[in-house]
Amino acid sequence: MGKVGIVGYGCHLPRHRIKVEEIAKVWGADAPSYKKGLMLREKSVPPPDCDTITLSVEATKNALRRAGGINTAEIGAIYIGSESHPYAVKPSGATVAEAIGATPDIHCADFEFACKAGSEAMFVCLGLVKAGEIKYGLAIGGDTSQGAPGDALEYSAAAGAAAFIMGSENLIAESIDTYSFMTDTPDFWRREYEFYPQHAGRYTGEPAYFKHTCGAAEGMMKKVGMKPADFTYAVFHQPNGKFPMRAGKMLGFTQEQMEPGWLSPTLGNTYSGASPIGLTSTLDIAKPGDTILMVSYGSGSGSDGFVWKVTDRIDEVRDKAVRTRKLLDENLIYIDYGTYAKFRHKIKKNA
Amino acid sequence: MYSARDWREYPRRYRLEAGKCKKCGKILFPARLICPKCGAREFETEMLPDTGKVLTFTVIRTAPSQFTDIAPYAIAIAELTNGVKLTAQLVDCDVNTVKVGMEVRIEFRRVQTDAYSGILSYGYKFVPKWY
Ligand SMILES: [Zn+2]
Repeated sequence: MGKVGIVGYGCHLPRHRIKVEEIAKVWGADAPSYKKGLMLREKSVPPPDCDTITLSVEATKNALRRAGGINTAEIGAIYIGSESHPYAVKPSGATVAEAIGATPDIHCADFEFACKAGSEAMFVCLGLVKAGEIKYGLAIGGDTSQGAPGDALEYSAAAGAAAFIMGSENLIAESIDTYSFMTDTPDFWRREYEFYPQHAGRYTGEPAYFKHTCGAAEGMMKKVGMKPADFTYAVFHQPNGKFPMRAGKMLGFTQEQMEPGWLSPTLGNTYSGASPIGLTSTLDIAKPGDTILMVSYGSGSGSDGFVWKVTDRIDEVRDKAVRTRKLLDENLIYIDYGTYAKFRHKIKKNA
Repeated sequence: MYSARDWREYPRRYRLEAGKCKKCGKILFPARLICPKCGAREFETEMLPDTGKVLTFTVIRTAPSQFTDIAPYAIAIAELTNGVKLTAQLVDCDVNTVKVGMEVRIEFRRVQTDAYSGILSYGYKFVPKWY
């Protein structure tokens, strides 16, 4: 088997945003300390008619635009990673596959691993293409995550999705190698029937996010024999603005290497979408020959590492669909906390 | 919404599949069995384009119970780039900014939510075309 990698990529974000000040005002919290401490200014909010399935369909349409007219019937697998699948029982992937005309010759599963589920979908699709089992695999990371009202997570839990069509021909970025790093670490969880997740406060930092993100990044670089200076860009999971910058600098990456994929200050944490969306905005500005390190993180805990090498085809395809930064920065609709509470079903009302 | 009825409408609601008359070329959405223009009965499937312009609209301020979360919202008839006229909700915009002639894009959205435990129905809505 020859090269495998990304044939098409796309992102979709809701246009609605809420500012940190607007949330802090309601809970009597100090907005400047959240903004400075977590490096967060605002986050995306899905309107009531947007969910992980709809974001996934729109991200996939953008990936198909960049994939250059592939036959969707040839997509042999669809995996959506999310911790906010709209149904507890009924696959999100089935609806997305139906919406793009990829049924019925297709394998489908919904993945879950806190914020790492999207990169798992990418990992498995690459493996199946590499094994020759499928021609194309569709991997999606997307979420419309909820933080409990007043909790620190409420300032970051956001919505967005990224989709990647993996294949072995007409690559935009070749997958050089992958590496995974995982232990049982109880930093964040949500029990069945519970609406909001719980987290272990400061414990979510050093023994959880940093240990696994850095462990996967170091293991990945060792496996391919590369060091931070050998990469053009690096993208890390971004639960807030601060963590990915700090992890990257601990590893020896510069702010310039991380800037294109560092979206969390104005996007928030898109959970399973976070590092995949960061990869889309990095590909949007990458040049042929550039190398990108991507490391996800999911509580519980684990990280998937990827090394991508961008091909000449990037110049042909990057503007066949909307760029991620455009969706992040332009034509935003700012909402107040009341609208946000209604949109996110935080207000109990009659059905 | 019964799940079986929802399911029967997937081709048009999920993929915007229209019927194109093999004899006269008229595009019908939703697809029909007999062409109203020439009476022919053979069609081929064609996907509708995903952009158009608002021909007319109305604003719903007192919404049915399943749409109260998004009220007020506009219902628009848009002429798509291939001439087909389509009716759908127009969302993601202030209803006071909706105008005849404004450009819209079709997005995949949740179109109906059956209370807290029923089926989720998906389909198309219009949003302002801003890029
Ligand atoms: Zn006809």
